[in-house]
Amino acid sequence: MSVAQFTENFLQALIAGLLTGSIYGLMCVGLSVIFGVMRVINFAHGDFMMLGMYVAYYAFGLLGIHAVFGATIGPYVAALIAGPVIFVAGVVVHRLLISRVTGMRGSTLQSEGHYAQLILTLGLALILQNGGLYVFGSTPVSIATPLASNAWALGPLHGDRIEVFVNQGQTVAAVIAVAVVLAFVMIMSRSRLGKSLRAAADNPEAATYMGIDVAQSHRLAFGFGVAITAIGGGLLASGTSFQPYVGLEYVIVMYAGVVLGGLGSVSGAFFGGLTIGLVQQMSTLFLPNQLQNTAIFVVFLFIVLLRPQGLFGTAMRRT
Amino acid sequence: MSTPLAVGWRRQALLIAAFALAYGLLAAFVEHSYYLLILTVVPVWAVMGLAWNLLSGYSGFVSFGHAAFFGLGAYFVALAQIHWGVSPWLGIPGAALVGAIAGLIVGIPTFRLRGHYFALAMLAYPLALLYVFEWLGYQELALPMQRDHPVAYMQFEDHRIYVWLALALMIGAMVLTSLVERSRFGMSLVAIREDEAAAEAAGIRTLAWKLRAITLSGALAGASGGFYAVVLLVVTPPAVFGMLVSAQALIVAMFGGVATLWGPVIGALVLVPLSEFLHARLGNVIPGIQGVVYGIAIVAVILLAPEGVFWKVKDMVLRRRVQTPALAGLGSASVEVPPVRNNSPGAVVFEVRNASKAFGGLRAVRDISIKVAQGEILGIIGPNGAGKTTLFNLLNGFLRPDQGQILLGGKDIAGRRPYEICAAGVGRTFQVVRPFRRMSVLDNALVGAYVNAASDSQARAAAEQALAQVGLQDQAQKLAGTLSNKQLRLLEIARALAGKPRLLLLDETLAGLGAGEVEEVIAVVRKLAAQGITIVIIEHTMQAMVRLVDRFVVLNEGALLAEGLPQDITRDSAVIDAYLGKRWRVANA
Repeated sequence: MSVAQFTENFLQALIAGLLTGSIYGLMCVGLSVIFGVMRVINFAHGDFMMLGMYVAYYAFGLLGIHAVFGATIGPYVAALIAGPVIFVAGVVVHRLLISRVTGMRGSTLQSEGHYAQLILTLGLALILQNGGLYVFGSTPVSIATPLASNAWALGPLHGDRIEVFVNQGQTVAAVIAVAVVLAFVMIMSRSRLGKSLRAAADNPEAATYMGIDVAQSHRLAFGFGVAITAIGGGLLASGTSFQPYVGLEYVIVMYAGVVLGGLGSVSGAFFGGLTIGLVQQMSTLFLPNQLQNTAIFVVFLFIVLLRPQGLFGTAMRRT
Repeated sequence: MSTPLAVGWRRQALLIAAFALAYGLLAAFVEHSYYLLILTVVPVWAVMGLAWNLLSGYSGFVSFGHAAFFGLGAYFVALAQIHWGVSPWLGIPGAALVGAIAGLIVGIPTFRLRGHYFALAMLAYPLALLYVFEWLGYQELALPMQRDHPVAYMQFEDHRIYVWLALALMIGAMVLTSLVERSRFGMSLVAIREDEAAAEAAGIRTLAWKLRAITLSGALAGASGGFYAVVLLVVTPPAVFGMLVSAQALIVAMFGGVATLWGPVIGALVLVPLSEFLHARLGNVIPGIQGVVYGIAIVAVILLAPEGVFWKVKDMVLRRRVQTPALAGLGSASVEVPPVRNNSPGAVVFEVRNASKAFGGLRAVRDISIKVAQGEILGIIGPNGAGKTTLFNLLNGFLRPDQGQILLGGKDIAGRRPYEICAAGVGRTFQVVRPFRRMSVLDNALVGAYVNAASDSQARAAAEQALAQVGLQDQAQKLAGTLSNKQLRLLEIARALAGKPRLLLLDETLAGLGAGEVEEVIAVVRKLAAQGITIVIIEHTMQAMVRLVDRFVVLNEGALLAEGLPQDITRDSAVIDAYLGKRWRVANA
C-alpha cells in the first residue's frame, strides 16, 4: 500500500470514526446516566436501543412520518420520536422491575444489588431480544435515508491522489447526536430537575432529607438514560439495517465508552463513545471488516483491565 | 462437611446413584428420537450449569462468558475430527483440556476485576470469539458421518446411548462438584464470595483458588460443548458462542440454587424440557420462545427469591435449627491457662522500622517504628484519623508501605500478600467485623485454619480448638450472621487464632461492646497473651485499654506521638492534647 493510499484510508477511517463515534457518544451518554451516575447495571440497555430503532421504524412507516417529512429527513424525525416513547417504557420498566433491586432496596442485597441488577436485566434482555423476534420478525429492516448513500467528496488533496468522502446521512445524524448531548448536558447541569437527579444519584439518603423524591428521580433518570440511547439507536437506523438481536453488540460498545469516559461523567461518556467509534473504524485499516467488533471487545477488555477508573478519572482504593 | 444441612458423603453418593439409575432407566423406555434428544440435552445444560456454578456460584464471581469455553470445546471436537480424524472419544477429553487452558488464560487477567466489571469483561470473550470463528470461515461445521466405524466415532444408531453418555458426563461433573464442595477448595471459594479481603487476611490464597476454579469450570464447560457438537452434529458460532449459551448456564444454576450441587441439575431438569417443548409446539408462531422462557425464569427468581430459591429455603430451615446442641467433644479442646501474667519482656518478635504510607498528598503513616516483645500486649491508640488502621493494613499486607521494613522474627515481610503474611504467623481482625456471614461459626474458623494445617482434619481440630479458646464452642453450628456483636468479635479472634499465629492484630475489638462484654473479651485476650501469643490491639478509647495492655504506642496524624507504660501515657501532656485538646488539660490542671 502506497503512502498516499494509506493516508487516504486513514483519513477516511478518521472521518467515519468521528461520525459513528458521535452517535456512539450519544448512546454512551444515555448509559452513563444509569450506570455512571446512578450505578445501576443495565444489561438490557442495548435492547432498549433496539426498541428505539423499531419505534423509529414504525413511526416512520405506520405513523406517517414518511408521508409528512419525506424519505430524506423523515428517519431523523422518527429517531427523535423514539426518545419520548422509550422514556415512557423505561419509566414503566423501572417502576415494575428495576426499582426492586436498586436504591434503598438494592442496598440490602449482596454487593449493593449489583448482581441482582445484572441478572434481572439479563433476563429482561433475553425477553426483549427474543420477544422482539416474535413481534418484529427476524428479517433485518431499514429506514435508511437517501442521504446515507450520498457523500460529499473532499479533495482531491495533495496533488490529486487523495480523495476522501464524507457520508451525508452520517453527518446529519452526528450533528443531531451532538445537539442532543449538548441539550441534555444543559438540562443536567442547569435545571432544577437535573440537580435533583444528580443529588439523588450521589447520595440517596441525604437527598431524601433535602425533600427530593428519590424514587421518582431514579425512575426519571432511568427513563432519560434509555430514551437518549434510543435516539442514538434511531439515528443508527437511519443509515443501517437492523434486527432484534442488534442490541447485544452495542452493550459492549456502550459500556466500553462509559468506562473509558470515567464513571459518573456524562460528558466524559460522550468522548468515551467517540473514542470507541474511532477505534472501530481505525481497526479496519489493519484488520478485516468482520473483526471490527472483536477489536472493540479487545479494547474494552484492555480498558477495564488497565484503567477501570477511565481515561479521565482517578483511582480509588479501599481496603 | 460441617454445615448441618449438608448431606453425608455416603447419602449424597446414594442420591446421585439413585438419580442416575432412574434417569437412565427412563431413557431405556423412550423410543421417540425427539424425546431422547431432550433427555440428552438436559444433562448437557446441567453440566454447563455445574461448570458455571463451580466458579460463579461458590466464589461469587459471576461469569457472563461461559459460552467461550463451551464454544471452544465444541469447535475443538468438530475440527479435530474433520481435520485430523480424531474421534470424539478423544476429542471430548481434549475439549475439556482446551476449556481448562482457556479458563486459565481468561482468568489470569480478568480476576483483576470485581463484581459487575468481571461479569461484563467475561461477556466480551465469547462475543469476540464468535466473530473470530466467523471470520475464520467456520460458519457451519458438520461432523462427518463415519459409516465404517461408527462406534469408534461416537456415532450410534440407538439414540439412548447418547442419553447415557450425557448422564455419565453429568454424574462426573456432580461428583467433581461434590468433592470440591467438601474440601478446603470449596470452603475457600465460599469465603472469597462472602468477603474476599477477610479471606485473604485469614490466609486464603484467593487468586490461586479462583484460578483453579475457573480452570476446572472451563474444563467442564469445554467437555459439555464438545459433547453437544457430537449430539447436534453441526456447529455454528452463534449456537455455541452466543449470548444464550452463557445465559443458559447462569440461569439453570440460579433457578435451581446457586452454590449447591443439585441446583444446576434441578434447573436444567425444569427449564430445558419446558423451553424445548414450547419451542417445538409454538416455535413456528413464536420464534424466540426459548429465550423468553429463560428470561422470565430468571426475572422471576430475582424478584421472588433474589438470593436463589435453594438458599431461601435453606435459610428458613436453618433458622429452625439454630438450637442444635454443640458437637460432642468440642469442650475438651479448651486449654488450661495460668492466671498470672508474666510482665517481663521477652525477645523482640515483631518490629516496624520507619514505615511510611501516603495516599496522594495525605501522609497516613509517617516514619513509624515500633518493637513488640514475645507475649506482650501492645496497645496502639490515637484519635480518629491517626493512621491506626492504615498501619494495620501495612502490617498484614493489604497495603504496601512506601518505605520502611516490617520484621517478623527478623524476616522482612513488608509488601508481601496478605495470605503470605498470615501464613508467616500474623492474624488480624477488623474494625468493622467481617465474618463470612452465610457460613457456620465453625466453618469461619475452619477457613482461618487452612493456612497452617496439613490436612483438612487437622484444620478442623485447629478450628475447634480456636473456638474453645474464645468460648464459642457452643455456637459452632450457628450461622455467623446470627451472632451478637460480642460473639462476632470473638469469632474474628477465633478465625485468626485457628491459623496458629505468633502475632495477633486486633482492630478496635472492644468497640461497641457493653461494659460487661468488654471484660469478657479482655479476659480472652489476656489468656491468649499468657499462652505466648503476641498481641497488638488498636483502640481509640483509652479506658478499657489501660487494664489490658502492657505498653502503649500513641499515634497522631500518622506519626508516633508517644510510647510508654499505661500509667505514664495517661499523664503525658502531648497525648492529652492530641486526644482531648489543650483546653481539657488546662481546665483540669
